[in-house]
Amino acid sequence: MSGQSQMEFETVIGLEIHTQLATQSKMFCRCSTEFAAPPNANACPVCMGLPGVLPVLNHRVVEFAVRLGLATHCKIRLDSQFARKNYFYPDLPKAYQISQFDRPICENGWVEIQVDGNPKRIGITRIHMEEDAGKLVHEGADRRATYVDLNRAGVPLLEIVSEPDLSSPDEAKTYMEKIHSLVTYLEVSNGDMEKGNMRADANISLRPAGTRELGTRTETKNINSFRFVREALAYEIERQREELLAGRPIVQETRLWNPASKSTFVMRSKEEAHDYRYFPEPDLPLVTIEASWLKEIEATLPELPDAKAQRFREQLGLSAHDADLLVADRRTAEFFEAVVQEGADPKRAANWVMGDLAAKLNEDKTTVTDLKFAAGGLAELIALIGEGTISGRMAKTVFDALYETGQSPRNFVREKGLSQESDTGALEEMIDQVLSDNPHQVAQYRGGKQKVFGFFVGQVMKASGGRANPAIVNGLLKKKLA
Amino acid sequence: MELCDTPLHLLHERRVKREISTEEIARSVLERIESVEATVNAFITYDPGPVLDRARQADGQLAKGENLSPIAGMPIALKDIFCTKGVETTCGSRILKGFVPPYDAAVVEKLAAQGLNLVGKTNMDEFAMGSSTENSAFGPTRNPWNPQCVPGGSSGGMAAAVAAGEALAGIGSDTGGSIRQPAAFTSVVGLKPTYGRVSRYGMIAFASSLDQGGPLARDVTDAAILLEIISGADARDATSSSRPVPEYARLLKTGAEGALKQRKVGLIREIAGRSDLHPEVAAQFAENLQTLASLGAEIVEVSLPGLEHAIAVYYILAPCEASSNLGRYDGVRYGLRTDHSENLERMYKNTRQEGFGAEVKRRIMLGTFALSAGYYDAYYNKAMKIRELLRREFAAAFDQVHLIALPTSPIPAFRLGEKLDNPLQMYLVDAFTLPANLAGIPGISIPGGFTPGGLPLGLQLLAPHFEEQRLILAAKAFEDATPYHLERPQLG
Ligand SMILES: [Zn+2]
Repeated sequence: MSGQSQMEFETVIGLEIHTQLATQSKMFCRCSTEFAAPPNANACPVCMGLPGVLPVLNHRVVEFAVRLGLATHCKIRLDSQFARKNYFYPDLPKAYQISQFDRPICENGWVEIQVDGNPKRIGITRIHMEEDAGKLVHEGADRRATYVDLNRAGVPLLEIVSEPDLSSPDEAKTYMEKIHSLVTYLEVSNGDMEKGNMRADANISLRPAGTRELGTRTETKNINSFRFVREALAYEIERQREELLAGRPIVQETRLWNPASKSTFVMRSKEEAHDYRYFPEPDLPLVTIEASWLKEIEATLPELPDAKAQRFREQLGLSAHDADLLVADRRTAEFFEAVVQEGADPKRAANWVMGDLAAKLNEDKTTVTDLKFAAGGLAELIALIGEGTISGRMAKTVFDALYETGQSPRNFVREKGLSQESDTGALEEMIDQVLSDNPHQVAQYRGGKQKVFGFFVGQVMKASGGRANPAIVNGLLKKKLA
Repeated sequence: MELCDTPLHLLHERRVKREISTEEIARSVLERIESVEATVNAFITYDPGPVLDRARQADGQLAKGENLSPIAGMPIALKDIFCTKGVETTCGSRILKGFVPPYDAAVVEKLAAQGLNLVGKTNMDEFAMGSSTENSAFGPTRNPWNPQCVPGGSSGGMAAAVAAGEALAGIGSDTGGSIRQPAAFTSVVGLKPTYGRVSRYGMIAFASSLDQGGPLARDVTDAAILLEIISGADARDATSSSRPVPEYARLLKTGAEGALKQRKVGLIREIAGRSDLHPEVAAQFAENLQTLASLGAEIVEVSLPGLEHAIAVYYILAPCEASSNLGRYDGVRYGLRTDHSENLERMYKNTRQEGFGAEVKRRIMLGTFALSAGYYDAYYNKAMKIRELLRREFAAAFDQVHLIALPTSPIPAFRLGEKLDNPLQMYLVDAFTLPANLAGIPGISIPGGFTPGGLPLGLQLLAPHFEEQRLILAAKAFEDATPYHLERPQLG
């Protein structure tokens, strides 16, 4: 037994990520994909699955799939095929989901993630197009009444299936963030996690360290945030480890992540697994793609995060860490670049964007696209610091005003009389006063107690109402106390 | 011949000359329905209420000198497989009893644009699964030529209505012969267009890759008029063709004389020698070939070895697609839902148990089985391969011949109940019609004689994809040379 408990395991993880596409209309009808509409407001005979209706493919979906396929180095199939996935559930109006099976649109690609500062390639098995199902709403005290809302039925999704190349919950999270970053860069998805734009199912298995053969895996469903992917995987890995250490075999099953209890529980066993009876969708012709169109799409792909990070490192001198952080979100990266373009020092700009600005946005649960000020505003603020007009501390106040009202920092500083006191004459007067008011401390300092220096700086700053330029104060103080 | 027994295009000519009114035509049809419907049971839904009004409206337009579509105001029926906005649509099934669609099928829209005067929705085998119209939840339809016999199926109600004068014409659907075989059994014209010629939008799906709507009519000209109206691309059906629609009706303005002159007509070697070919059918078919020859056609033997597997292929693929298409009838959103089910699964099971008839259940089970893990390759995949082979064999045959001729059905109309207990024997009835569905090519059945006992027989012609004109011209030439289409059944 003691041998068992010391056994080391390797974790093998593969993710299936579903991402909702940012199309205006649904995948096979013209209903809107608008979020939070009244129940069944966005439903028509087609997405309600009435008798006799037929699907007609929204070609934006193909374009989006191709964009993501190219960005993930996939092979694009020029004649992919839709298939029906058959099962009964009240949120599935046709009793089949139109998906893809053996001829998906993208296959055999990869993305690169950073693991402990080193690049690691994660294989993409396939990316396919499919429609979402509706939603069940349970009501009443005992939730005995169930209603079907078909607003989401037929909304387009891409399912991105990774190879079992992920070795830890952190890697899985990084990978999921990478996919999120890509789909938002490509503008194929809004990537809005709160609205369920991205959900993942994870296949997890353990094997004795150093062995090749894959262990029995479980599938964990319902992972809809970056935090949950880490928590759910950590939970499931620990659960499997304990089972194995106790000598119990892992049971192949589908489990559901419960974010409230932070645990997974069995949804269905292997025996209860559905036989989806896939077959080619006879209502839709093959999705044929012209090589020339593929080239067109390729030519219009935006600069992707990896390339952008490299450019930030090489041209702007940012650290790898800062560059990676900045490029994760396309809008943020673009805002940062705009600030630099307005003349700001890249490192200072990066610090502001990733620091105070990110904190505010996070606090307000908003994004860089909804700011009250333009990139020029932040550049101006950075310039005011650089030229010594305001201190770092004042800058916070100026930034708050900029963030809240969008007012130009230079105007704000002028109006509020906030500019930094750099007039050596005035400062010298203040310093003299401070020194004469505190003879005891002056004696201490001169007696070798260097720490008291900070006390003098503080007193001068206080006397100036916080407007004294600290660099100049430092210089003058040193001279006077010498 | 009474008005209700007269071809629509002739009635139209007469009303344009003011010899008769549309109202008189409509009255004639309504009276006929009154007198024979109790025997025939051609309709599931029949609403005489607005029929006369709509006929008078057409007369009003005529009086104003308006250029009227031949079908405007003329009593026409639709197989109850087409969704009609505000009119109950059952597909012959208890599970859809009371279902009133909120939309019109594409075919219905196109007819409505020409002044459709819908007289009723006709009876059919449930979800178009059957060859006798006995599998209807609303009782069987009887053959107007002999009420002891079935009218064929699944568009049996439609064929019987046209044969009996209960409608001037109508639109049916054909998945494995459901237009052509009942047309043959009732001595009317039935045309299954090329797959993709007519939009399937709003036509309740049985087997999506095989289903195709098409006309049933008194004669070839009427069929051509209707085909022209209902054909054409539809943005709501991704499998509909964008090929321009020829003016089928106009083809016949100048007559079909010479349509078969020096044309090669194929005789399928594998069918000629079949043991299950009824001798009376064989005899009449031989005579029909002679008629074609007398019109100038050269009869040439062609070989379609894949035909041997056609029934097997069809009865795998059609149930596979059906098992999926019929999943939506689950009691959740519309149609039948049984009460007092203790949970969701029971609700599904009870609803489908009570809602579907035996044949539909049989095909759902067949299809579900054939698509199941482990069987897919052996059944579905293999069937698809043979289907492709058959398609190529037809293409090769049409390299040699202009048309292919064969009997519509290997047997004449059979007695009610005769084949109900033997589904396999019932399936064989489709042997000569379903190859066209598998290949996607157009086919027409025209009145092609009678058995000595007075039961109608059909002559079937097949043409390459989108060559409906060939069918229409050749069929018209045959029609002009034969008296069969002029016969009418005598019902009490
Ligand atoms: Zn819709």
